[in-house]
Amino acid sequence: MLLSLEDATVRFGGRAVLDAVGLDVAEHEVVCVLGPSGSGKSTLLRAVAGLQPLDRGRVLLDGRDQAGVPAHRRGVGLMFQDHQLFPQRDVGGNVAFGLRMRGASRGQRDARVRELLDLVGLPGAAGRAVASLSGGEQQRVALARALAPRPRLLMLDEPLGQLDRSLRERLVVELKELFGRLGTTVLAVTHDQGEAFALADRVVVMRDGRIAQSGTPLEVWQRPADEFVARFLGFDNVVEGTVGGEAAVTPWGKLPVPAGTPDGSHTLLVRPAGVRLVAADQGLRCTVAARTFKGSHVAVHLQPEDAQRLEAACALREAPEVGDTVGVEFEAAEIVVLGRPSGA
Amino acid sequence: MDLARTEVTPRKGAGKRKDAGKRKNGGERKGAAKSVAARLGLLAVPVAFFAVFFAYPVAAIVARGLKADGVWQLGRITDVLGDAGIRHVLWFTTWQALASTALTLLIALPGAYVFARLDFPGKHVLRAVVTVPFVLPTVVVGTAFLALVGRGGLLDELWGLRLDTTVWAILLAHVFFNYAVVVRTVGGLWSQLDPRQEEAARMLGASRIAAWRKVTLPALGPAVAAAALMVFLFTFTSFGVVQILGGPTFSTLEVEIYRQTSEIFDLSTAAVLTLIQFAAVGAVLAVHAWTVRRRETALRLVDASTTARRPRGAGQWALLAGVLVSVALLLVLPPAVLVQRSFDAPDFGYYRALTSDDSGIFLVAPIEAIGNSLEYAVVATVIAVVIGGLAAAALTRRDAGRLVRGFDALLMLPLGVSAVTVGFGFLIALDEPPLDLRSSWILVPLAQALVGVPFVVRTMLPVLRAVDERLREAAAVLGASPWRVWREVDLPMVRRALLIAAGFAFAVSLGEFGATVFIARPDHPTLPVAVARLLGRAGELNYGQAMALSTILMVVCAVALLVLERLRGDRTGEF
Repeated sequence: MLLSLEDATVRFGGRAVLDAVGLDVAEHEVVCVLGPSGSGKSTLLRAVAGLQPLDRGRVLLDGRDQAGVPAHRRGVGLMFQDHQLFPQRDVGGNVAFGLRMRGASRGQRDARVRELLDLVGLPGAAGRAVASLSGGEQQRVALARALAPRPRLLMLDEPLGQLDRSLRERLVVELKELFGRLGTTVLAVTHDQGEAFALADRVVVMRDGRIAQSGTPLEVWQRPADEFVARFLGFDNVVEGTVGGEAAVTPWGKLPVPAGTPDGSHTLLVRPAGVRLVAADQGLRCTVAARTFKGSHVAVHLQPEDAQRLEAACALREAPEVGDTVGVEFEAAEIVVLGRPSGA
Repeated sequence: MDLARTEVTPRKGAGKRKDAGKRKNGGERKGAAKSVAARLGLLAVPVAFFAVFFAYPVAAIVARGLKADGVWQLGRITDVLGDAGIRHVLWFTTWQALASTALTLLIALPGAYVFARLDFPGKHVLRAVVTVPFVLPTVVVGTAFLALVGRGGLLDELWGLRLDTTVWAILLAHVFFNYAVVVRTVGGLWSQLDPRQEEAARMLGASRIAAWRKVTLPALGPAVAAAALMVFLFTFTSFGVVQILGGPTFSTLEVEIYRQTSEIFDLSTAAVLTLIQFAAVGAVLAVHAWTVRRRETALRLVDASTTARRPRGAGQWALLAGVLVSVALLLVLPPAVLVQRSFDAPDFGYYRALTSDDSGIFLVAPIEAIGNSLEYAVVATVIAVVIGGLAAAALTRRDAGRLVRGFDALLMLPLGVSAVTVGFGFLIALDEPPLDLRSSWILVPLAQALVGVPFVVRTMLPVLRAVDERLREAAAVLGASPWRVWREVDLPMVRRALLIAAGFAFAVSLGEFGATVFIARPDHPTLPVAVARLLGRAGELNYGQAMALSTILMVVCAVALLVLERLRGDRTGEF
């Protein structure tokens, strides 16, 4: 493993910001840590970079314990979320910084700066002042600066956090291609699931300093491990139910569950796509409370007579009006039995 | 930009990380311990400097005064305090400092408002003009007021009015001196307060006055308090001004210490007075440190250039006019009269007299004092910048701990501790191997640097603290060692502050009088010492030469400051 965290724990005051985190990143792997604000993901990067001492546990790079190795000797790159470009240096000076610290000659530096600025799509920008750059350009310079010394591990803290949406979507694709081409090992953190899913080979969801789930984007998306992960990914159709055989009894009526689910009480997730609208006299009777336009579909918020609300995804033309009464049926394929949240 | 920060922890965690560092075991503790060690290492040089050239001499002279046959004679303290004359000095020192502070605030606060909130032609020039007095040597200020309100002064000639026999001359000179402290400290903050806060209060139904009272005044309060304390500190320990303007009637603690030491040779009384002054100054500094911390509370600050407006309405115009008149009368007139007096002899007679060495007062021509002063001041500046710079670098991190914060406050002490004591302490304490410096020229710059260091630290610290910690971290992750981080990130950003600090240290060193008067060698007088000695002699020629030398000193200081002013631009600052 290129990077291993074992039992990594950081406390601020009495609170554990990182709580016994174990994480492995293999060479050439792109891992995205996903979590809400305050889940400890930035602290995780800082701990690996050597900017944040651990209270317990170990950080290993290439199998070597990094205890006592200061930040500047770890050979990892970190791209800060607001870039932190050096304001008194020009673009070239920023990109060359890490090379200069490693004693590269002027010629080597110039060549590498040129190479990297080409790579991030800013050819010939070496002489520009940092202050004259747009947000997207700053982001590219920060990336070039982090990549220049060829770090064995590149870490990105909310790499696209401050950019506007369209630019973000474009850059995600560019980054993904770039990392693939360079074979860079990447550990990124973000609170944006779209960014994480687009960028990562593997997604690690964090909650309150612990790892809630780890898996490929598809795995995490299809089978959220628990209610927290499901809700964090934007799924709100979560309901308690009692499983008996192939169905579960819930406030929304009987829901089909995957074969092999043990009997007993469970938390169930119904993906909006699995909520099918039918005629009002069939299935669960609901009133349409609200509709939100989502571009490719309409999210219909449904209020059953005496249960919590649920959401359905409808094609544009089929969406009922607010106030309509509809019936609801559920599709077994879109129902997930969630685990108990860790720590709860 | 700042919104994104709420999520990461470094800011909020800064104080807490230290706690984490204290806990035992854990692999990476070593790194944290090392950085603490590095910071303490940086502090070692300033600490050693202050121990040897400040604490030791002061302690030595106090011990010399209060110890007989190896036994502390603490009874002397009550003896001295029981003396009616000394009690009178204490009383006068305190009330003149309070009166000077009140008067300075009264006159300078409108000035602070005008500089902060009003925009008018010539503002930048005027701001510089207002600041010049602060870096003028006390001796020059005393001389200038002598030329204005003293015997044969301008007012005496015009209306037969003399103030040098009254306390007013001292009070006005103190206002002259400290006007800039109030304008800088209060006005600097005022100009950066977001006017929209007041507007928000008015939208919520507050009248203009109520909004000012409820929103602006509380925000300014700590700055006013800090300015008042600084003025109190400077006037409480006033020496040169009172020495020249006080005559035999008025004497502050510092002047009395000088008298007891150099005229009566009563070291034990001087030692007791030194301790009293030390205690008083320590108390004032403690309160000052507290207000500084209060001032660091989160205020919404905006770019100063956006808050000033053209005056509107009769009230604002009247205020502006009043401030301009008070500046003209109080700050411009005295030095102008000084210059005029210095030319008040045919063929630049006073200036030409400076070049001759047959006056009998000096072993050398007075004009040589210029060269001496410049040489000493340059060396003192270098020392002050190195010592102060190291201290500032070590104190940069806010979470540096109580010990380091305490040192921060200690660095201010030389501003308040009797310079006379320090000077005399140098002579007494630094006279045997391995530190036999009594006859060395370095003694003078060392003493002057002591006063310069607080200015260097005060100027550089806010700038260093404003450098985003994550910029340093970015450099570290890119492979920069702590030393290179400082060189590559901090230094370029503080270069300007460093120059400003150097300028202040230079001006302060040039004007240092209390300590230098003891340790400057007779054949190597500095400008302030030469001025004081000329004033101490009777005769019009000596008086005129004092005016001429003062003018030269003033010009050198003013030039240094105006250069600074170009470098500084609009910034909040204490000095």
